[in-house]
Amino acid sequence: AGPDPLITEMQDWATGFGAGVDEVPYGLPIKFEDDVIRRNVEWLTADTISSINFTPIHALDGTITPQGCAFERHHSGAIELSKPDYRLMINGLVDKPLIFSYEDLERFPREQHVYFCECAANTGMEWAGAQLNGAQFTHGMIHNMEYTGVPLRTLLAEAGLDAAGDFKDKWVYVEGADASSNGRSIPMEKAMDDVLVAFKANGEALRKEHGYPARLVVPGWEGNMWVKWLRRIEVMDGPVESREETSKYTDTLADGTSRKWTWVMDAKSVVTSPSPQAPIKHGHGPLVITGMAWSGHGKITRVDVSKDGGITWETARLAAPGEDKALTRFYLDTTWNGEDMLLQSRAMDETGYVQPTKAQLRDVRGLNSIYHNNCIQTWHVKANGEAENVEVS
Amino acid sequence: ADLPAPIPEPVAPVQTAAAPDAADPAALDGGIVAAAHADNGDSTGLRFGLGREALAEEIAAWDVDVSPDGTGLPVGTGNALNGEPLFEDNCAACHGSFAEGVGNWPKLAGGDGTLADDDPLKTVGSYWPYTSTIWDYVHRSMPFGAAQTLSDDDVYAIVAYILYSNDIIDDEFEVSNETLPTITLPNADGFIVDDRAETEYSIWRTEPCMENCKDSVEITMRATVLDVTPDEEGTEPAVDPAPAAAPAEAAAVDPEPEAEPAADPAAAPAEDTLDPELVAAGEKLFGKCKACHQIGEGAKNRVGPQLTDVVGRDIGAIEGFKYSRTMADMGGTWDEDILGAFLANPRSAVKGTKMAFAGLKKDEEIAAMIAYLKSVSD
Repeated sequence: AGPDPLITEMQDWATGFGAGVDEVPYGLPIKFEDDVIRRNVEWLTADTISSINFTPIHALDGTITPQGCAFERHHSGAIELSKPDYRLMINGLVDKPLIFSYEDLERFPREQHVYFCECAANTGMEWAGAQLNGAQFTHGMIHNMEYTGVPLRTLLAEAGLDAAGDFKDKWVYVEGADASSNGRSIPMEKAMDDVLVAFKANGEALRKEHGYPARLVVPGWEGNMWVKWLRRIEVMDGPVESREETSKYTDTLADGTSRKWTWVMDAKSVVTSPSPQAPIKHGHGPLVITGMAWSGHGKITRVDVSKDGGITWETARLAAPGEDKALTRFYLDTTWNGEDMLLQSRAMDETGYVQPTKAQLRDVRGLNSIYHNNCIQTWHVKANGEAENVEVS
Repeated sequence: ADLPAPIPEPVAPVQTAAAPDAADPAALDGGIVAAAHADNGDSTGLRFGLGREALAEEIAAWDVDVSPDGTGLPVGTGNALNGEPLFEDNCAACHGSFAEGVGNWPKLAGGDGTLADDDPLKTVGSYWPYTSTIWDYVHRSMPFGAAQTLSDDDVYAIVAYILYSNDIIDDEFEVSNETLPTITLPNADGFIVDDRAETEYSIWRTEPCMENCKDSVEITMRATVLDVTPDEEGTEPAVDPAPAAAPAEAAAVDPEPEAEPAADPAAAPAEDTLDPELVAAGEKLFGKCKACHQIGEGAKNRVGPQLTDVVGRDIGAIEGFKYSRTMADMGGTWDEDILGAFLANPRSAVKGTKMAFAGLKKDEEIAAMIAYLKSVSD
C-alpha cells in the first residue's frame, strides 16, 4: 500500500476554518454519530404517546448515560411543565400539608448521587425466547445518571411526621402531573432512606422527557416508581393499589398467581460490545469485550465473562469499583482470531447474589412474568464478526 | 366533586431552637445535612420554614386517589345500562364496544381462567384485584388524551359497564361509592407479596462455577428466526423535527369556514404537486388515527368516519355516521385551513367533537397529514 492521502494530502480541516464558538450554543453530537439514538419498537405498544424507547447502550461506554439518548417511558406523553408553573404538594398523614414551589426545592440542602434507572420490563420480551436482535432492544430500558436533588425525608420532615405515628405500616403515594397521573405507593422505610426529589441530571436540568422540572429517584427500584413531573406526595396508612401496581408491574408465575411489590431490580449485566448492533469490524487480534452491570441491592463486586456459552468463565476487569445502585463498566481485554463465541456476562453484587441463567429463572417463575427478567444474555459472535441474540442449552 | 380527602388539622410550624435560618447560607452546611440524615425518626426536629400551607381546596383538587376500602370515593352512582353509551363514546375507540380491545390497546374483558396458560389474557375481570383501582384509573387517567373530563357519575357508569362486560354484575346493578368496595373481583386472592428472598436469593447466593460448568452447549433459539427487530435504517423520524419552532397557535383558530385562520399550516404544497416525502411522512403519522379512522379503497366508518376524499368534502356529510352536534351543524367544507386547525387542536377547533385525539403539535406534522389526506382524495 502506498502512502495514506489523508496524511500526504492537505485536508480542508487542516487549512480552513472550523465552526465558531457561537455556532451551537447547546450542542448535539457530531453528525458522524447520528446513528447513536434512542429507538422505538413499533409493535410493542399501540401508540408512541404511551410507550417506551431504548437507550443505544451498544454504542455507549463509561457509565453515565447522556440525557439526550436515555430511554423514555411515558404513559401519556412527555409534558412541558415550566418551573414557575411547578407545584409540589405534600399531604395526608403529615402535621401540616405543604405546597412547595420549584424555588423552594432549591433552598433545601441537596445531595448528589449516581443511580441506574431500569424499567421493570427491560429484557421482558426475551422471556419466551431470544427475540430482539440488539443490546439496545434487549437491555436498553436503562439509564444511569448523576442526580442532584433533595432527600424525600427532608421534605417529609418539613411537613412534620408526628401525624404519621409509627412508620412501620405507613406508605407514601407519589404522583405525576401529566395526564396519566402515574402514581405508585412506596413503603415509608424506603421513602425515609435514599429516595430523592431530583431536579438536575448529569449537571444540567432534567430533560422534558425525564420529568422536568422535578422527578422522583427511587434508587435500585423499578423505573415506574421514579415518578416524573412529580406533583404530589401523600403519607398514607396503606398502599393505593393503583393501576400501575396491580394490573401492571406485577409478575405472574407459572401457576397463575402473581407476585406484587417486586420493587427491587436484581443484579444484572450485559455485554454491549461486541453485540448484534456492534459487530467486530476490525479483524483478528486484540479485542475489547465490554459491558455494564448493576444491582438494586447495592454495589457490583464482580463480573465474569464466558466466550463458550457458560462452560468456562473468566473474571472481567471493573473500570472502577462498583458504586451503590449504579452502573459499573466491565472490560475483558482479549484476543480474537475469528473463532465462534457464545458471549455471556454474569454479575455478582455485594450481597453475594449471582445473576441467574434464563433456565434458573424459568424454573422458579415460568414464562409469563413479563417483568424483572435479569437472566444471563448470550450473543453468538460468528467468524465474520457479526453477532446474534441466541439462547443456549 | 367533593372528596372526603383526609385533611389534617393545620398545625403551626414548630420553631425549635435548632431550626436553622434558611436565609443564612451558613445554616445549610454539612453539619445540618448530617443532622438531617440522623433525623429519620424524629420528624419535627428540623424545619426550614420553606413552602406554604396547602389549602383544603387545593388538596381536594389533587388528592383524588381511591384506596381498596373505598376511601377517596366521591358520592355518586351509575349502572351498565347508562354506562354503555358513555363507554361507546369515550372508551370504545381503543377498548372496543364490548371492552374486548382494539388492536394493541388493552383488552378490559375476558380472559377468565387463563392466568396459568401459556399466553394469559390479563383483563379487569381476569386479573385486577380491586374495584377501587378501576374507578381510580378511569377517573384520574382516562379517557386517553382527555383525562379527568368525566363526571363522577359517568365514571361510576363506565366502571359498571366494564364490570358488566366481565359478567361480574348485571346491567341494572347500581355501582356507587357504597357498593363498589363490596364487589369482589375473581382474582382478588391471586397475588402474593414479593417472595424472591426465599424462593430465589437463597438459592442463587452461591459461589459461581468457573470451569467445566456444563458438558456441552448448543444454540436452541435465534432472534433472527423471528425477525421482529426494527430496521435501523428505517428509524429516522419521517418528519424532520423543527428546531425551536414555535408550536402551532391552534387554540386561537376559528372553526368558521369564512373566518381568517390564525394558524397557517401552509407548509402544505400546492395541489397536484404533492411532495412524496411529505405524503409518506403523513402516512406514517396516520398510524395515530388508524384505531378510529379507515382510509382508502373500501374504507368504512368505524369509531370515526372514513376519511377517503376528506379534503374538499362537506363537513359532517358522511351518511350513517353519528357526528357530534357541533360537527353536524357546522357547515362548510374540509379545506386545508379548517383541517389544519382541527388537526392542531380538535377540541378547540370544534367544541364538543367526539374525537378524543389531542392534536398534532407541529406545523410540519399537520402539513404532512394534510398532504397524505390529499393523496387519498380526488
